[in-house]
Amino acid sequence: MITFTEVVKRYPNGYEALKHISFHIDRGEMVFLTGHSGAGKSTLLRLIPLIERCTAGQVLVNGQYLGRLANSRIPDLRRSIGMTFQEHRLLADRTVFDNVALPLVIAGFRHQEIRRRVRAALDKVGLLNKEKSYPITLSSGQQQRVGIARAVVHKPPVLLADEPTGNLDPAMALEVMALFREFNRVGVTVLIASHALNLIKCMGCRTLILQEGSLIDDTVPQS
Amino acid sequence: MKMSRPAALRTTTPHRPPPAPRPPAAKLRTSSNSGTPTGSQAWLLHHFYVLFSSLGHFARAPVQNLMAAAVIGVALALPSGFYLLLENVQVLSRDWGGTMQISLFLQPEATPEEIQRLSEQLYQRPDIRSVRVIMPEQALEEYRTLSGFADALTALNQNPLPAVLVIQPTSATQGTPPTQALVDDLAKLPSVEIAQYDMRWLQRLSAMIETAKRGVLVLAGLLALTVLLVVGNTIRLSIQHRREEIEINKLFGATDSFIRRPFLYSGFWYGLLGSLIAWLLVYASFILLQTPVQQLMALYYSEFTLMSFDLRSSLLLLGVGILLGLGGAWLAVGRHLKDIKPR
Repeated sequence: MITFTEVVKRYPNGYEALKHISFHIDRGEMVFLTGHSGAGKSTLLRLIPLIERCTAGQVLVNGQYLGRLANSRIPDLRRSIGMTFQEHRLLADRTVFDNVALPLVIAGFRHQEIRRRVRAALDKVGLLNKEKSYPITLSSGQQQRVGIARAVVHKPPVLLADEPTGNLDPAMALEVMALFREFNRVGVTVLIASHALNLIKCMGCRTLILQEGSLIDDTVPQS
Repeated sequence: MKMSRPAALRTTTPHRPPPAPRPPAAKLRTSSNSGTPTGSQAWLLHHFYVLFSSLGHFARAPVQNLMAAAVIGVALALPSGFYLLLENVQVLSRDWGGTMQISLFLQPEATPEEIQRLSEQLYQRPDIRSVRVIMPEQALEEYRTLSGFADALTALNQNPLPAVLVIQPTSATQGTPPTQALVDDLAKLPSVEIAQYDMRWLQRLSAMIETAKRGVLVLAGLLALTVLLVVGNTIRLSIQHRREEIEINKLFGATDSFIRRPFLYSGFWYGLLGSLIAWLLVYASFILLQTPVQQLMALYYSEFTLMSFDLRSSLLLLGVGILLGLGGAWLAVGRHLKDIKPR
């Protein structure tokens, strides 16, 4: 589903954020990406929906080589990827419902279909009763869950999560991880960047470890 | 995938790599593209939605937006008001120009018989189409009723007005002014004091109107530029204000046209509202002018009424306003949306 081949990301100021990264993630896998802050986790995630383009190497997502993808095709690529962010990035002037509906509105779904799918997604994250609330009235954990609902409402085959448990207490973090696991179970390829090592350990998933821009380990738990 | 999705217009190219086969586990999930149940109806609905939600954004900061619209309104009202005024003056001068009469003021001592004879004599000439006689008494009566100086006239013990022959030259029917030779000829007749043909000032007036029209055109150009800049700047601020929203839209696969749309519609609303304000401003000013103009015209024995907007010019004003609003928005969006890259 996601294949990196000798990927290098160098910023204009000369800083090399990723150094010759190669790995492959199969369809339907759930993978953690870890490392100290500044190791390049976020940069790596940003290459997948082409928020940034890599300097050298190849990135293959869902059968498409991103190096050759024209800018005009980026929207289509992004519609096949769900994203959550550490700082949630919900729109403060819209209700939870409207926030979650955003990817569907962008994709041009019909009103009834949007309604049905948004409510299903909110139900899945346990926030159906909050659909008319504004994000500011919700706790950080609830906001993260709204962000997750928004990331999966259009049923993307790939889900990227950047530090989804960064601001959450342990119990809440486990709950959020359980949600990701559930989506993974129905076939979504999930890639989660996180530095919560304990949490990663108890999830028992494959883990990519980055250090100063290099991939130093790719562990698959024994099971 | 249907082509009528808004994004599909821009993003679909014939060379699309075939989707990889899905493992059985992925059966429940379909990609966003294959499951999009859209049609032209949904696309149209979306346009309507954006049209009115951009109006909603407008209503959220009513004072600020109305002020911007008022600036646009004033900028549009100035040239359209001037233009209407000039149109009116032109219509007026055309009325006068159509008459093209020569007035023969006779000597005061001319007797009614002499006057009658002269008028018949003139009527025989091939280059004169009609002759109208205004006797001194008639002239005095007309002056008394129309000028408003009736009281002053009673103080006079004799009629100061001469008899006048109003001559319509044959050439006037063809729309050309009478020759100077005819005017000179008439002036030489016995008992004619002055032969007056006062068209030169009308020609000057129409030349002045043409100049003024050109000036209004230049003014309109400058003010159109103002409207573009005002709308452009307002939209630029609104883009900055909604930066986060734009970024998130981009992150979830919004096309450029999707992101552009609400801003273009805001430009549309600014233009529409601005031109409505301009229309009202000009209409109100013309209502204020109506009465004094009518009084002034009465003094010139004219039944001229000030004409304001008709349907055509109203639609033109609205159309120009909307186009300028869209144009300003287009400029701002083209310049500033590219700068916004999602983080």
